[in-house]
Amino acid sequence: MNALFQYISTVFKGIGTLLTGMKITGKYVFTPWNNVTQQYPENRDTLKMFDRFRGEVIMPHSENNEHLCTGCGICELNCPNGSIEIISKMELTEDGKKKRAIDQHIYHLGMCTFCNLCVKACPTGAIVMGQNFEHAVWDRSKLTKVLNQPGSKIAQGVKE
Amino acid sequence: MSEIKEIIISSDKIHTDQYLVNMGPQHPSTHGVLRLLVRLEGEIVHHIQPHVGYIHSGIEKMCEAISYPQVIHLTDRMDYLSAHMNNEAVALCVENALQVEVPERVKYIRTIMDELSRLASHQLWWCVMGMDLGALTTFFYGLRDREHILDIFEETCGARMTLNYSLPGGVMFDIHPNFQKRVKEFIKEFKKKLPEYDQLLTGNVIFQERTKEIGYLSLEDAIAWGVTGPAGRGSGFSCDVRKHHPYSAYPLVQFEEKLDTRGDTFTRYRLRIEEMHESMHIIEQLIDNIPEGDYAVKMKGVVKLPEGEFYQRVESARGEFGVYIVSDGKKNPYRVKFRSPGFSNLFALNKMASGHKIADLVAIMSTLDLVIPDIDR
Repeated sequence: MNALFQYISTVFKGIGTLLTGMKITGKYVFTPWNNVTQQYPENRDTLKMFDRFRGEVIMPHSENNEHLCTGCGICELNCPNGSIEIISKMELTEDGKKKRAIDQHIYHLGMCTFCNLCVKACPTGAIVMGQNFEHAVWDRSKLTKVLNQPGSKIAQGVKE
Repeated sequence: MSEIKEIIISSDKIHTDQYLVNMGPQHPSTHGVLRLLVRLEGEIVHHIQPHVGYIHSGIEKMCEAISYPQVIHLTDRMDYLSAHMNNEAVALCVENALQVEVPERVKYIRTIMDELSRLASHQLWWCVMGMDLGALTTFFYGLRDREHILDIFEETCGARMTLNYSLPGGVMFDIHPNFQKRVKEFIKEFKKKLPEYDQLLTGNVIFQERTKEIGYLSLEDAIAWGVTGPAGRGSGFSCDVRKHHPYSAYPLVQFEEKLDTRGDTFTRYRLRIEEMHESMHIIEQLIDNIPEGDYAVKMKGVVKLPEGEFYQRVESARGEFGVYIVSDGKKNPYRVKFRSPGFSNLFALNKMASGHKIADLVAIMSTLDLVIPDIDR
């Protein structure tokens, strides 16, 4: 008799704890404004990432197609996995001296781990982290990017 | 096949009624590619031999080729749920070797980040634990609350999981102006949400039946196998690095090391829930008192450690995490060894699960909170 009573009480206790849990889930069924999920592809226009979000390395250009990169190669040295390659060239300045300048700042997005060490090390602040996170492409070769735009040159007054 | 033969022969006699089952490498409840070679008799587990190395990524070897600040970003990828603690361990080790004193502000920021990571890790562990035992609801509730912490990380550190926030000499950025407000909001909100965890799962009869008096680990075994973290403390092994070898701002805060001697699965579960309360308590003490100052010491461009051996341990979300660096005076480490808590905890599984049913093995494994890249690294 005692065993039967215990069995029945366990069943009711089980139902009781089940209802306690269901109360919580029920509460959120009727208060959907507590949800934190986003309707991602639909909210693309309004979606704003945080300023510091590390999506990819970009090189900002001014409206005169000028950047701040001197081609010093410090970012290449600081990169842990070789995602940055600097190809520099020699340019003649106005007073006839030879000066190193950036030819191509090659960035392998597929190898990048977004550690921010290159941006932190850059002495002129030429590269920054962009907020774009939609990196999917159909072809792997598209992941290799040249950061300086064609025909761009270094802004006036930037020194190594 | 040879290893299977070995196990059969190495036991006392050849058992005809026992058989071997590979649990994993592709098994949903192992949370990654972990293979357990389980010797069963019917449903009863007799022996477990874990086989690791399926996602071994050679991080220790890779560290020998890169400089000290670059080592830190690799430690994110080992125990990705307590990424900040791993970062901090390397940063502290390098700072101790160079005898650099970091500003008070850095210590406070690091400690708050540690505890936020611990909260996020325990939230994920809680929801996965429920999922392993068949309660899928918990998965969504845990992830919902974790989202707020990841947002805080994203705003201040720039990434959600692979933070790379601690550097030798400080932290990468100063805290975001919104940081304190957001953390306080989160703590206030999560204090209301944490009792829901208990109502949803802890009090559930099915859950209690499946976890109480299951997977007993004695204090002797916990010490012998080096089981640390909440799993070790559940057996009464006082092993909290934050208490015994305090680092960062832990000497300044009041908190309790939760201990229990019962050593079963439910105890380990309960200790983690209690640890979440303690973590919030630590954050509350620090968040309003972050001192002004620099967020990093100016380090040399090339960090070179003096010749010698250096060790630093921190309390990660699953136990004691240690970094051992051998330096020969160059800018790259000569040898780096990581003492990962998951590896030691995993090998105590045989002690815990022998004699239980195979369904209990899933529950026991879940309370160890295994992260496979942490084990293989």
